[in-house]
Amino acid sequence: MKFDLNVNGKAVSVDVPQDMPLLWVLRDALHLHGTKYGCGIGECGACTVHMRGRAMKSCQVPVANAAGAPIVTIEGLSPTGTHPLQQVWKEIDVPDCGYCQGGQIMAAAALLTANPAPTDAQIDTAMSGNICRCGTYLRIRDGIHRAAAVAAGVKKEVA
Amino acid sequence: MSPVALDRRSFLRVTAIAGGGLLIAAYVDPIADLLGQGRGGGPAVPLVPSAFIKIAADGRVTIIGKNPEIGQGIKTTLPMIIADELDVDWKTVTVEQGDLDAKYGAQSAGGSTAVPTNWNGMRQIGAAARQMLVAAAAATWNVSESELTTASGKVMHAASKRTMGYGELAAKAATMTPPDMASVKLKDPKDYKIIGQRIPGVDNAAIVTGKPIFGIDVSEATSPHLAGLLYAVFQRCPVFGGRVATANVDDIKKLPGVKQAFIVEPAQNLSGGVAIVADSWWQAQTARQQLKVTWNEGAAANDSTTAYAAKAKEIWAQPPAVQATRADGDVDAALKGAAKVVEGEYFYPFLSHAALEPMNATVAIKDGKVEIWAGAQQPSGGRTQAAEVAGVTPADVTLHMVRMGGSFGRRLQNDFIAEAVNIAKVVGAPVQLRWTREDDMGHDYYRAAAHHSLKAGVDASGKFIAWRDHVVTFGPDGQRGASAIGAAEFPARFVPNYAVYNSVIQMSTPTGAMRAPGSNGNGFIMQSFFDEVAHAAGKDPLQFRIDTLASLIVPPVDPNAAPAGGRGGGPGGGGFDPKRMTGVLELVRDKSGWGKTKPPAGTAMGVAFYFSHSGYFAEVAEVSVDAQKRVKVNRVWVAADIGRQIVNPLNAEAQVQSAVVEGLSQIMALEITIEKGRAVQSNFDQYQAMKMRESPTSIEAHFLTTDNNPTGLGEPALPPILPAVANAIFAATGTRVRSVPISKLGFKWA
Repeated sequence: MKFDLNVNGKAVSVDVPQDMPLLWVLRDALHLHGTKYGCGIGECGACTVHMRGRAMKSCQVPVANAAGAPIVTIEGLSPTGTHPLQQVWKEIDVPDCGYCQGGQIMAAAALLTANPAPTDAQIDTAMSGNICRCGTYLRIRDGIHRAAAVAAGVKKEVA
Repeated sequence: MSPVALDRRSFLRVTAIAGGGLLIAAYVDPIADLLGQGRGGGPAVPLVPSAFIKIAADGRVTIIGKNPEIGQGIKTTLPMIIADELDVDWKTVTVEQGDLDAKYGAQSAGGSTAVPTNWNGMRQIGAAARQMLVAAAAATWNVSESELTTASGKVMHAASKRTMGYGELAAKAATMTPPDMASVKLKDPKDYKIIGQRIPGVDNAAIVTGKPIFGIDVSEATSPHLAGLLYAVFQRCPVFGGRVATANVDDIKKLPGVKQAFIVEPAQNLSGGVAIVADSWWQAQTARQQLKVTWNEGAAANDSTTAYAAKAKEIWAQPPAVQATRADGDVDAALKGAAKVVEGEYFYPFLSHAALEPMNATVAIKDGKVEIWAGAQQPSGGRTQAAEVAGVTPADVTLHMVRMGGSFGRRLQNDFIAEAVNIAKVVGAPVQLRWTREDDMGHDYYRAAAHHSLKAGVDASGKFIAWRDHVVTFGPDGQRGASAIGAAEFPARFVPNYAVYNSVIQMSTPTGAMRAPGSNGNGFIMQSFFDEVAHAAGKDPLQFRIDTLASLIVPPVDPNAAPAGGRGGGPGGGGFDPKRMTGVLELVRDKSGWGKTKPPAGTAMGVAFYFSHSGYFAEVAEVSVDAQKRVKVNRVWVAADIGRQIVNPLNAEAQVQSAVVEGLSQIMALEITIEKGRAVQSNFDQYQAMKMRESPTSIEAHFLTTDNNPTGLGEPALPPILPAVANAIFAATGTRVRSVPISKLGFKWA
């Protein structure tokens, strides 16, 4: 079946089975491989994307439900790869293997949009759907705080 | 140094590379190259700088990372070592992943061996290339090499104030003979500019922008050789070693998108099952839901962890039917005469590696050549298996070493590569085989479980006098246990009466190495029960460890013997230095403030140490437990001695944090049970890895620098964290943890 999607600000059309999860549409039909498969049951968060501005596990969204909704993947988080989370992730060396980190960043980005200065407890709650098997959690938490500070600094400069 | 004279067995190859620069001299043995030696297990090709270093005309440097990257940071670490000796600025360096190739020497990830086995070689490669560049400058300026210095990718002649960049010298350097590796001059460590610095991972930018760098990301978009790529799923028999009796493959072939469906008979390196190949992976996976298979399950269908637990008790009820692996003094008499005896039955379970990226491999076969993209910790073994399955020689196989989304030992096995090659061979088109999480958890080479029955005694003065352990573990032949206790395992040699027996239950389900193999579970048991001894002796658990380490009773057979295994041990205990362990115990005591403060009720510290992969680790955990058995690991202190040089402290800290978090997942929640030959747990809802909200507030890594060769770090930080937490739970609650995961004892994360 044909579906019209809006991914990273672009209108795209895909011809795929209607029950095909958004995850596989992104990866296999659109070659956006930054969204990862880890469990297929919504437990690990490696497939986290933004749909209508909210963090969603794309393995749990059939393509039919994604049609028309604005979708942002890790590739589209920042056109230049310079979202504060991306900058900080590189600087403080958050990734070990890196496989989960696209999903971690997307979950964290949705949090910072909703809550620009989260507490540890708020971070822990927002990130509770994302598993990192390498155990980078301390640096993820630190990275979110730092990215919040970077974003606040940028805002101040603009003001 | 002068331009080299060509002879029959060596030649130079100066190759133009993009940007107008030149590849520094390739120095290869053409005969060995033609014969493909060193590719299929032939003689090793000597390492030369040209294999690892490219310098462009503008001075940009490309360095090859030769080892498989599984998240341990080796793609950054080894090139750092080369770059420092080469004397270039790290910001001018681009790192490329090497494919599997004899010119890189050994390429593997396992045993925390990459730094210790490459520390000299990578330094020599960098230093040799630097020396060739210096020789080129000396020849250009007609001055002595001894008058020249280097820094930041430049050669300088102070007397004449002349400077040339490496990029300008690369072409000439390519005509220089590489110096003798063994005698090349290496930097004084005080002059290191990159080694010892906090360098972020070289793939970070690609990771945070979602670039296709993992095996599962390989597609037509990443390689032109994959035009017409098809996707496969493989339904293995749920019982290891089983085969298909009947399958409705003709029905499956009619389903949307399905190109082929066929039965695979079990063979060397291949599981039996049904392969389904389709235009898209989702179509193959959807078709799989319609698959109806009857199986001949075979002997492994009897495997049952419930039955094994009962069997362990039966074994313990009898006198050991096996010879003691080690026996010192008279342990039974000493236990009879002891003033105080402690005993306990301990257990740790089977585990799945559960790397977040499930197994996958992509294969293109054309004109008798096999091209593979796959994560592999032992890529040369993968190539051999692929060649056997494809019916070609290893020299006909190219293996692209893609980044792995975790591995933890799982990709030491190359079963998924062999499966993919087999499917591609049948289909006659490029194929990507992807495992689901359920495939991955259900067809692992599991960390073997172990049951221990332990007894120890102290005399009236609190002196530790006896230790007896009867281990029951598992092996396919019923003879050799996967997690047996070796003859040098602490406290052997530090107690006068000691005996360990290793009984083995035959089990068909495969087991394999997992991060800190053997040590990851045995550390929990040895250091938890030793804690029981400390309490029986009425001593402070940390000081009791230091005191015991000071009382070497049975001297080593050969104090200089190399460690025989990960845990350091032939019977002489060669490789284990109790003074180094004492050093890290004292360090962790001081850093954690052990015994200095009185924590609130329900909060306590626990300590443990463990020696594995030549690394000395002592760890303290501060843990709070409430009345509902909710556990919070507040803080963790790790003290480590891995020698005189930490190559990349930033990555070192990450490896320590990673090991601690994995250990915490294991102590609380992870367990694979097996019934009717099948793993009961199939996904992360039943195999609950630690999440951020459960992780400690801080994990401090402290490195004690000692004058010993650098050793590895991917594994040895893991074993002590389980007993440190278990011992803290005892100190906080009085409940002794003798089996993991503790969720089965009613504990949960706060």
